[in-house]
Amino acid sequence: MKGAHMSSTNSFTTTDPVPGPRRGPDPTAFLDVRDLRIHFPTDDGLVKAVDGISFTLERGRTLGIVGESGSGKSVTSLGILGLHQREHARVGGEVWLDGEELISASPERVRQLRGQRMAMIFQDPLTAMHPYFTVGAQIVEAYRVHHRVSKAVARKRAVDLLGRVGIPQPAKRVDDYPHQFSGGMRQRAMIAMALVNNPDLLIADEPTTALDVTVQAQILDLIRDLQEEFGSAVLMITHDLGVVAELADDILVMYGGRCVEEGSAQTLFRRPEHPYAWGLLGSMPRVDRENRDRLIPIKGTPPSLINLPSGCAFHPRCPYQGRDGIPCRTEVPSLAQGSDHGVACHIAPAERRRIFAEDIAPAL
Amino acid sequence: MSTTTSTERAAARPATDDLLQVTGLEKHFPITRGAFIRRTVGAVRAVDGIDFTVRSGETLGLVGESGCGKSTTGRLISRLLEPTGGKVVFEGRDISHLSNREMRPLRREVQMIFQDPYSSLNPRHTVGTIVGAPFRVQDIPTSQGVKRAVQDLLKLVGLNPEHYNRYPHEFSGGQRQRIGIARALALRPKLIVADEPVSALDVSIQAQVVNLLGDLQRELNLTYVFIAHDLSVVKHISDRVAVMYLGKIVEVAPRDALYATPMHPYTLALLSAVPVPDPDRRDRAQRERILLTGDVPSPIDPPSGCRFRTRCWKARELCEREVPPLRELATGHVVACHFPVEEAERTPGGRAAAQQAAASVPPATTTPV
Ligand SMILES: Nc1ncnc2c1ncn2[C@@H]1O[C@H](COP(=O)(O)OP(=O)(O)OP(=O)(O)O)[C@@H](O)[C@H]1O
Ligand SMILES: Nc1ncnc2c1ncn2[C@@H]1O[C@H](COP(=O)(O)OP(=O)(O)OP(=O)(O)O)[C@@H](O)[C@H]1O
Ligand code: SF4
Ligand code: SF4
Ligand SMILES: [Mg+2]
Ligand SMILES: [Mg+2]
Repeated sequence: MKGAHMSSTNSFTTTDPVPGPRRGPDPTAFLDVRDLRIHFPTDDGLVKAVDGISFTLERGRTLGIVGESGSGKSVTSLGILGLHQREHARVGGEVWLDGEELISASPERVRQLRGQRMAMIFQDPLTAMHPYFTVGAQIVEAYRVHHRVSKAVARKRAVDLLGRVGIPQPAKRVDDYPHQFSGGMRQRAMIAMALVNNPDLLIADEPTTALDVTVQAQILDLIRDLQEEFGSAVLMITHDLGVVAELADDILVMYGGRCVEEGSAQTLFRRPEHPYAWGLLGSMPRVDRENRDRLIPIKGTPPSLINLPSGCAFHPRCPYQGRDGIPCRTEVPSLAQGSDHGVACHIAPAERRRIFAEDIAPAL
Repeated sequence: MSTTTSTERAAARPATDDLLQVTGLEKHFPITRGAFIRRTVGAVRAVDGIDFTVRSGETLGLVGESGCGKSTTGRLISRLLEPTGGKVVFEGRDISHLSNREMRPLRREVQMIFQDPYSSLNPRHTVGTIVGAPFRVQDIPTSQGVKRAVQDLLKLVGLNPEHYNRYPHEFSGGQRQRIGIARALALRPKLIVADEPVSALDVSIQAQVVNLLGDLQRELNLTYVFIAHDLSVVKHISDRVAVMYLGKIVEVAPRDALYATPMHPYTLALLSAVPVPDPDRRDRAQRERILLTGDVPSPIDPPSGCRFRTRCWKARELCEREVPPLRELATGHVVACHFPVEEAERTPGGRAAAQQAAASVPPATTTPV
């Protein structure tokens, strides 16, 4: 996989905070996430929301993170942005942004980078926007935090950006309150706010989930255009495989806080090898194909992150669990490192490819 | 076909086929101003004169963009709302204005499943209480007690009967949606209006619920009105699909016809925007996508004539002047458009030509009609 490597160290426990071998920052990588772990102590036990995720992302490229609800996608992105409260979350591993490590950096420094070099688009624009301030005032504020400019200059910038994201009559609408915008317009306004400082890294967490397909298509086009113009690195988090197929160069599939498969978008859609990835593709109805009689759901329910199933976390739901005596229940499968296509599954690679070609692909 | 006039419909098929007939249905929500003396200053025309039928045993998909009136339609036909105008006829009986008391026995027959499995279940009640509530509210005798009946329902939707005493928060989203489905099935309804029943669920769980709905339909001979914005799910589950735009139905067709040969420009645009999960086709998909420009009109003050005209690339003067009626253009395929999409236009080149043709006729007048 170009520009991305993944690994997963599974020996980590809270008493063993030092993860595997440490290397210096990858001098070529713009964003280099290494063995990221984010654990939440709760009354019920330790929630291992993210448990050893590694990847790199270059400027101008898009990495899609997919996986079901609760698999740790949002927690990962908030971790990169340093948005977890340190008293509630235990964060381990490293996040290198352009050669600077963020996990060990001071909160002030991370706050400075956020907004200036990193920005985030959330699923629900209402959570990111304050209901009592106009859309314009909020964009102006975001801009002036990092730029010493007059209000008038910042306002001009806000109007300009609202126009760029396709808000009609931006000079007029800039003084509207968020609730006066439709859902699609709010999402655009939030994108405008996220882009006001030309971020190098844009994290989009389910940016179109709440929108209509026609508006979704416009927002995806917008992200693509802006990325081309500014050369930003984009981290796109979604559970919609259609959306990742549209936008992502590379894809990382998460399950239970870990990465189970990673590779280029082509690889993941053409020749996926992890049974969970097969399950995702099988359960998705498609407009571009003949109707199937039944969808092929993944049986069972998502795992508890407090008591993650032993060995391969997917084993209680996996139809191939234990076949030919593979140690699914006892040993955590590791991602093949350094290759273009990482798959965390005990089935031998040749056998995985055979199963996909003979049993899975024909039914998709 | 369903959305033609009632006489045409009567001629086309025996009336017994139709479980539900909707004619000229309207719901206008008044907009009021003033703190002390409230006066009505206008209305949101959420549903503004729609006709369709639902046949016994079928699934009718209902799609359209956010705010076009899908949920309002669902709530009107299950009579959670009272229509401002028009008629809802269920099994031959006009239920449009029945009182709550008169509706009570009918509530057994029509049930609704909601989008949000999190907020639609009372967190303080056990699963047993939630699923059993319809029996108690309706005072329905059960042969072996409510508990047994509830446990049978839990089994039916693929939940463990032992979960009887658990609370909703102990379940995953898919399981909670199953609880909602079990509750809807309690009284053995004939018609289920499912409003975005799988939108909040993961793909892996979505498939379980979609399959479950299909199985239950076959087993219990259920009829569904399936509201969703996900056109892939709708394609999978529906026999026929109705497309709404700004309070109106613009197209109804058998599923395959709608997806293969959409005739309303809005339907064509909608289908072209669906993201295709195939990275090799992304460039083509992007080129062929119809981007809707133009202002999204408001249901408070909808455009004259065809409501889609402010965003339609084929709009001409006639579109501003006259409301296009729903016409049957192929068997069972009705469309409300003065200039329906032609075969050539289903490609980007053909669309450009159509756009030019529309532009070359005299521009639309600005006088409101
Ligand atoms: N502050 C917190 N304290 C305890 N647990 C948390 C906290 N934040 C998140 N979690 C848990 O971490 C897990 C991962 O959550 P996350 O929000 O990353 O999921 P996600 O993959 O983004 O899912 P979705 O698709 O539903 O957004 C969940 O089980 C969640 O309940
Ligand atoms: N109780 C109400 N009072 C006033 N306006 C309402 C009310 N309920 C709905 N509306 C308005 O009626 C229109 C149609 O709403 P409806 O909820 O039916 O749309 P929808 O197609 O279900 O949209 P979505 O896909 O977002 O669920 C919208 O403009 C909405 O704001
Ligand atoms: S390791 Fe075993 S349980 Fe896990 S995905 Fe592979 S076959 Fe299935
Ligand atoms: S009636 Fe006119 S404006 Fe409306 S959809 Fe047809 S061509 Fe477009
Ligand atoms: Mg999330
Ligand atoms: Mg709705």
